[in-house]
Amino acid sequence: MQMRKVVKPGWNLEYVMWMFTRLSGLAITLLAVISVAAAFMMGARTQMDMGTLMRWTFFPNSNHVLDSEVPDVTVNWANGFWQIMQVLVIFFGVTHGFNGLRVVIEDYTKPGLWQLFWRAVVFLLWMFMTLVAVYVVFTY
Amino acid sequence: MALKKKVGLIEGLRYKGAGPMLAWILHRLSGLGMIVFVSLHVLSSFLTQQWGSDLAITMNIIYESLYFQLFIYFCVIFHAVNGLRIIALDIWPKFLRYQRESTWLEWFIIIPIYGLTVFIMIRRSLIG
Repeated sequence: MQMRKVVKPGWNLEYVMWMFTRLSGLAITLLAVISVAAAFMMGARTQMDMGTLMRWTFFPNSNHVLDSEVPDVTVNWANGFWQIMQVLVIFFGVTHGFNGLRVVIEDYTKPGLWQLFWRAVVFLLWMFMTLVAVYVVFTY
Repeated sequence: MALKKKVGLIEGLRYKGAGPMLAWILHRLSGLGMIVFVSLHVLSSFLTQQWGSDLAITMNIIYESLYFQLFIYFCVIFHAVNGLRIIALDIWPKFLRYQRESTWLEWFIIIPIYGLTVFIMIRRSLIG
C-alpha cells in the first residue's frame, strides 16, 4: 500500500474530488429523502410496496427491476420531476462511485504508466455509465 | 508500522485498528459493492429498453435475489451512515478525538434499521 500524499487545499484534482465526495454524499442522501417524500405525496403509500419504493427512489425507471409493480407508471409517474431527480442521482452517484474506485485503485498502485492506465479505465467506465444511464432516462 | 511501505496481509490483520479500521474497510467494500450493483442496474435497464434481451433478465434474477438484496442493503445503509460520520468529523475536526465512540454510535444507528429490514425481508420471503 502506498503512502498517500497530504492533499493541499486548492484547485487540484485531489482536493476538488475530496470536496465533491463529501458534497455529493450529502446530496444523494438529501435526494433520497426528497424522492421518498415526493413518491408518498404522489400516491406511493397505496400503490407501491417497500421494495418498489426504494428502487423508485434511487432509479425511477420501472424497466430496471422486472418484479416491481409500478402501476400506471407511464400515466402518473413519467414526468419531468422524476427525470430531473434521476439525472441528478445518476450524476452524483456514478461520479462519487467511480472517483471512489479511483482512490481505492491508487492506494494499491504506484504512480506511473500502470496507474495512468487504470485511471483511463475508470474514466472510460465513468463516461460510459453516465451516458448509458442518462440515455436510459430520456428514452424511457 | 504505519511508516513502513510494504505491509503483508497477516501483518495488516494484526494491526489493532478496531472500530475505526473496521469502518474504513467496510466503507471501501460496501462502496465497491454498490458500484457493481448500480452498474448492473444501468446495464440491465439499457438492455431491457433497447433490445429486451435475455441477459437483462439474468441480471435481474441475480440482483433481485434475497441474498443480493440483503448484501446491498447493508452496503447502502453502512456507506450512508459511515459517510455522514466522516463528513461530520471533517466539518468538526475536534471530534476526531472521539472517533472510536463515533463508530459505536454509528452501529447503534445501523443495527436497528438493518435488523428491522432484514426481519421484514426474510418474513416476506418466507410467506412468499
